[in-house]
Amino acid sequence: MTATLSPPAAASRARVRTPRRRGRSLPYLAYLLPGAVLFVLVIGYPLVTNVYISLFSWRGGLAPLTWVGLDNYTELWHDAAFWTSFQNSIAMIVAMVLVPTVVGLLLAAVLFDYLGRRFGTRVASVLRATYYLPQILPVAVAGVLWNWILNAQTGALNELLRALGVASPPNWLGDPSTALPSVMLVLIWVQIGYPVVIFMAALQRVDPELYEAAELDGAGWWRRFRAITIPQIRPETFVVTLTCTVAALKVFGPIYVLTRGGPESSTLVPSYYSYLNFFDKSRVGYGAAVATVLTVVIVVVAVVILALQSRAERAEEVGR
Amino acid sequence: MAATLATVRARTGDRHHRGAGRWFVLAGAVVVALLVVAPLLVMLLNAFKSPDDYTQNGPLSLPTGLYLDGLVNFWQRTEFPVKLWNSFFISAVVAVAACVLSLLNAYAIGIGRIKGRMWVVLLFLLANMLPQEALIYPLFDMARQVGLSNSQWSVIIIFTVIQSAFGTYLLASVLGTFPPALLEAAALDGAGRWRILWRVVFPIVRPTLMVLMIFFFIWTWNEFFIPLVMLTTGDTQTIPIALASLQGDRMMDAPTTNAGALVSLVPALVFFLIFQRTLTRGVTAGAVK
Repeated sequence: MTATLSPPAAASRARVRTPRRRGRSLPYLAYLLPGAVLFVLVIGYPLVTNVYISLFSWRGGLAPLTWVGLDNYTELWHDAAFWTSFQNSIAMIVAMVLVPTVVGLLLAAVLFDYLGRRFGTRVASVLRATYYLPQILPVAVAGVLWNWILNAQTGALNELLRALGVASPPNWLGDPSTALPSVMLVLIWVQIGYPVVIFMAALQRVDPELYEAAELDGAGWWRRFRAITIPQIRPETFVVTLTCTVAALKVFGPIYVLTRGGPESSTLVPSYYSYLNFFDKSRVGYGAAVATVLTVVIVVVAVVILALQSRAERAEEVGR
Repeated sequence: MAATLATVRARTGDRHHRGAGRWFVLAGAVVVALLVVAPLLVMLLNAFKSPDDYTQNGPLSLPTGLYLDGLVNFWQRTEFPVKLWNSFFISAVVAVAACVLSLLNAYAIGIGRIKGRMWVVLLFLLANMLPQEALIYPLFDMARQVGLSNSQWSVIIIFTVIQSAFGTYLLASVLGTFPPALLEAAALDGAGRWRILWRVVFPIVRPTLMVLMIFFFIWTWNEFFIPLVMLTTGDTQTIPIALASLQGDRMMDAPTTNAGALVSLVPALVFFLIFQRTLTRGVTAGAVK
């Protein structure tokens, strides 16, 4: 979707410069007015206020605000839980970006370029729909379901393991050593269908003659995958990487429903940590500081990915 | 004999390799599919199984009888019809309002080509990526000050803006490629900007708007964080919040949990099945230039 930005914008810039059109856009500003007002009200003002709050010690509500300057941020710097939460963000990126993108790419290519051609497109689209199924569940539903499956005493997984003769199956979500991997598995399950659907749609755009020519030249499936599939769907790979990375950094719902950041902060993530400070510990200024740092991290990561994308696009155009 | 024939055929390598290998690949893809649906099947199996049956025969057995207490229990404890209506009302209003707002914004950016539109689009794009935690406390406070605390309208207004940030971004680039000839022809006929928007632009982008509307509906339906904070009592809460808040409750035995998860996902599933075609097109529209 980011690929859409550049070509029309470049074309329009040339047009606007012609004197005929100058000043014509002014009346259109009226159409932006409701959107702009609401945008400032719901996003701009709260965002700035949140940064402002992060400079205070505040218990919320009618309690007085005490100016502390950057104290909240220096405290963050020395706060082990804060660092743990960002470390866990990396685990979230592995589970929500890395694994789904790589596996999704392989699955999409196999469905499109192998199974689709040997067993018909119906087989491929049924499989695709199946992979996509977890994506349509409300995240709370997925979380509640998995929470029960992974429950130590009454969960389906441990009932099954006990029936198979495992005397004391692990407490998946309750043990600090298994909680994070368990959460990651759930997130992979939730996430896997998204890249498959995007990549399969992307492959439909690729000229089939490319594959046929490569096949006639004797290129095997793996060669075709590396030489055609991957470069051809690079724009979509960027989109998936960008949207999923941002989602991974923001992840809240699954953590809230599965583990609430525990046990012993082993699954704590930044968004949940700020929620905890806001509404549980009544440390509103501190929570605001966590949220501010998270915002900066997300914006920086997004801008870097967008910049990489536009550089790759330019390199491609030069290559042509 | 047959085996040698097969190897010969494989070795001559007709272009589609009709060998045994394809069955292995298919089996692999099916195994992945089974792993994906397994949790959902387990949920289905245990939604209507009595607790005794569950402890005796485990999670993978077929239920010995139809046990509806779990469903009834969940239905009554959450006052499910209320939650269903709340979810539907919030999502539907947001879907329509966010589409209108996106169209107005995109009209100014894509057709009006206002100055600095690249920056405006980038701003909307980044707004869509912001963590909601960075907005929630001020929003929570603002809602309280204007008397909208625990009101669905606060959630509706917030999501209308958040969803329309994405819609503006997408529609602006769609409208950026709008055929100028159509606009000029309409202008020559004496149509004003307002008329052109609804009589010329709107009918042409209606399919894209439909896709956006479905997306907005589902996204809002599935939202968790902002409703969790803003909607504090049972009569205003949505389905995901109701389901999550029952967790840890002593009454939540296996059938109640599973029946609850099941009825909570049915609306999303029905909606998905109805609009599946539009959606796959939409995913493509969102992803490709």
